[in-house]
Amino acid sequence: MTGSDEEERTGAASDPLDPDDYDAVDVFEGGDLDLRAGSDSCYKCTSCDTSCPVAEVDDSFPGPKFQGPEQWRLKRKEDADIDDSITSCSNCMRCDDACPSSVPLSQMHNEARGEYVDEQMDKLSREYVRNRILSNYRFFAAIASKTPRLANFVTGLGVTQWAGEKLLGITSEREFPDFAEETFREWWRKRGGAAVENPDKRVAYFHGCYSNYNTPEVGKAMVRVYEEFGYEVLVPPQKCSGTPMFANGMLPDARRHAETNVENLVAAIGDGADVIASCTSCSMALRQEYPELFDLHGVDDVAEHTFEALEYLRINEDLEGALSEAELDGESFAYHAPCHARNQGLARQAVETFREVEGADIEDVGDSCSGISGTYGWKAEKYDYSMEIGAEMFEHMEAADGEVGMTECPTCAMQMEHGTGYEIRHPLQALESALVE
Amino acid sequence: MAIASEVVVVGGGLAGVTAALSAAREGADVRLVSHKQSTLQQASGLVDALGYLPPVDPPGEDPTATPTAARTGAVTDRPDPEGPLADPFEAVDRLPESHPYRLVGADALRAGLALFDDAVDGYRGGHTDRNALVPTFGGAVKPTARYPASAAAGLASDDRPMLVVGFRSLSAFDARMVADRLAAADVPFEVAGADVAFPAAFREDAKITRFAHALDRDEPVEGTPARAALAAAVEPHLDDVEGGAERVGFPAFLGDDEAAAVRAALADRLGADVFEVPMGPPSLPGLRLEDRLYGALDAAGVSYETGVPVVDCETDGAGRIERLLVDRTGSEVPYAAEAVVLATGGLVGKGIDADREGVREPVLGCHVPHPADRYEWYVDDAFGDQPYARFGVRTDDRLRPLGPDGEVQFPNVRVAGATLSGADVAREKSASGVSLATGLVAGREAAAEVPG
Ligand SMILES: Cc1cc2nc3c(=O)[nH]c(=O)nc-3n(C[C@H](O)[C@H](O)[C@H](O)COP(=O)(O)OP(=O)(O)OC[C@H]3O[C@@H](n4cnc5c(N)ncnc54)[C@H](O)[C@@H]3O)c2cc1C
Ligand code: SF4
Ligand code: SF4
Repeated sequence: MTGSDEEERTGAASDPLDPDDYDAVDVFEGGDLDLRAGSDSCYKCTSCDTSCPVAEVDDSFPGPKFQGPEQWRLKRKEDADIDDSITSCSNCMRCDDACPSSVPLSQMHNEARGEYVDEQMDKLSREYVRNRILSNYRFFAAIASKTPRLANFVTGLGVTQWAGEKLLGITSEREFPDFAEETFREWWRKRGGAAVENPDKRVAYFHGCYSNYNTPEVGKAMVRVYEEFGYEVLVPPQKCSGTPMFANGMLPDARRHAETNVENLVAAIGDGADVIASCTSCSMALRQEYPELFDLHGVDDVAEHTFEALEYLRINEDLEGALSEAELDGESFAYHAPCHARNQGLARQAVETFREVEGADIEDVGDSCSGISGTYGWKAEKYDYSMEIGAEMFEHMEAADGEVGMTECPTCAMQMEHGTGYEIRHPLQALESALVE
Repeated sequence: MAIASEVVVVGGGLAGVTAALSAAREGADVRLVSHKQSTLQQASGLVDALGYLPPVDPPGEDPTATPTAARTGAVTDRPDPEGPLADPFEAVDRLPESHPYRLVGADALRAGLALFDDAVDGYRGGHTDRNALVPTFGGAVKPTARYPASAAAGLASDDRPMLVVGFRSLSAFDARMVADRLAAADVPFEVAGADVAFPAAFREDAKITRFAHALDRDEPVEGTPARAALAAAVEPHLDDVEGGAERVGFPAFLGDDEAAAVRAALADRLGADVFEVPMGPPSLPGLRLEDRLYGALDAAGVSYETGVPVVDCETDGAGRIERLLVDRTGSEVPYAAEAVVLATGGLVGKGIDADREGVREPVLGCHVPHPADRYEWYVDDAFGDQPYARFGVRTDDRLRPLGPDGEVQFPNVRVAGATLSGADVAREKSASGVSLATGLVAGREAAAEVPG
């Protein structure tokens, strides 16, 4: 079940970045989604606006209520253009979580953004090209990881950053993430795949781009912890989850990746596996955004069988029991819950899991957004907002006892490190230290 | 396997959090599961216990009839509610028998308020049994049991001259109207209102959180820090009030995390006390209260998760709930429990669902008594005794839900807050008190279901 990196890379290389090669797939088969019911159930309580981290710092952003139900109504009535403020929404999905009336806000935003990019955005504009590059991070990561040292060197050069900012509008304030010397998939293949075979306990790992190209130690920790509990791990071929593409309105790109992912994950489910992800934006995409946006065969099956890695263990294993015997060596963590964990009910799982572990001290640094929201904080014009949103989290991290940060989301980790200089770990890595010899 | 806890609380509003804290105090292992954010986000941040006694049985009508039928008669004949009440506790026994306060008693209200005082910092009013009178953004004076420290300098019982400040960009708050209405209500102090321009060039419909953030961080506004710039805009109006304002009220967006520092800085520059007038939605005091309540859950070791709804349940033969099913973004996860508290809110919080067919409690399917004829769900008088306002789950005095036959429907379930029937909290000004009193009892009762 190990997909070769070869086929992966060919897959990646076929991702067109050339605007002429842009294939505008009709995302919603049979026309636009009918979101009237959702729009009608808005009773204008403004809970969504109050919870939007972008509206809190950017007064040119009219907020989720406008982007969602109001814009939707406006558009139906007078066929108005999508307001370009939609490109300022970071897709954190906090508004979704807030709405007491279950208005499908992020789905409305995703749809509006897709339509905006499709119909109103100049495909030759710097912004479009930049967004396309940012959202197709995986494409570059696949190339860069072939020569990681060179890539790390080049991206670290001041001139690269200068060019990035001037030519593309990618902020020079951030350091490009390092590429691993060996990708997770390379490690997996060399290792000879799964070390445990077990037809009764199988999981298919959706590693996503980041733990493949940048932090394979997270993927390795996942494998070791799961094998400790007797699971057989499958690693099906896969592409990007599509999260950065949703956030940038590149829905046809996202759909192409989703097709591959759903097809391979459905096959794994057929082999008796549940799907697990170590990145909460990946699990969010598979669970919520795919079925909301794409009418693909098996998409609901995938949603139903997908879990976040720690969540799955907490449901299916006696994790607390296992950890009550375990010990960590006086580790203090400042934990930040990613926005996309929040909507899945996972905002507290790490705190609860480590609360009882001997020698571990874990502190929730509060419910603010980290501010990076994937590609949002990489955009030169958003960088300052991104840091302003994150300021509260940075302060709470500094005030916490721990000098090591913890989170499930790779871009939140980037932001936490950027704002505090702390080393950041994934809960799976701490589990590995506690449970695996 | 399932995620197992002794007590599972469904719903994360004031009632759910109170129940969870109360059960944890009894030593139970508690988990709270909530779908969306609660109505605390929209509420004023005031904790009302009982401000008015509406006349529920106008003379000449049969008090044993359904609480509803044919109440469309001469609206003007009906007496006004009694109040504002000075003492909420002594009035409890004059409420209708089916009212949640009558089920659990005035002592439960006291205990619920005491639990609140214990769990939440920064609130006032606990020193007395009497209601405080707090000015609201509609210019009314509201009897309330607990109020945020940020509202303290605004109490209507205080006789210092008051200036109320509004902002041109914030149409929901009309300072002159607030001042006029307060004056018309015969408050014992001089009061005037003034509209100023918020010193930053924010867009017309900038979000309230944007103002709060600018003050929290003291962002420079055209070169001047936001707090100083705001004080400078207000200062020329201090003498709009006869005798000079000794206290100045603002709509409630004076900072979020740094609210106390923002108020202190303004007070310092203005040479007057500064307070917030509680707002309708969106409500920062409500948000701040929510933060504190969840901090208290954390401190009490309660596990909680939000963003996920309970969608179904599994019972044993005797109607005991064994497991709840939680929809986690597409995947259904079983949660095992010995006892369950249902605190999913009322018609607003979606804990009670109504459509043309009828009225339902959608999570466990508890019975909700209501007239079959939809025309009896409401009366013509918009401010009248609306039957639907009292719709909810009926319980015994241990807060166990009663089925259509009057028998306990689920023996290990307790119901709290707006999900209960029998209170018209909007007219009585009793919403938070009902949540505290019944949350406290429901939590204690649920903990008692756990086999020792
Ligand atoms: C606009 C407004 C203003 C108010 N002003 C005041 C005031 O001035 N003073 C005062 O004392 N009170 C006020 N209140 C009332 C108060 O804030 C609470 O609404 C009241 O205490 C009821 O609380 P509750 O916990 O029962 O319900 P809610 O606050 O409605 O909470 C119910 C919770 O249950 C969750 N839920 C629902 N279904 C499910 C499910 N299937 N699974 C999991 N979770 C679920 C909801 O998402 C919600 O979080 C106001 C309310 C509103 C709406
Ligand atoms: S998704 Fe996030 S940034 Fe976008 S409107 Fe909603 S809350 Fe605001
Ligand atoms: S939170 Fe929901 S109901 Fe409230 S204003 Fe926003 S979309 Fe409308």
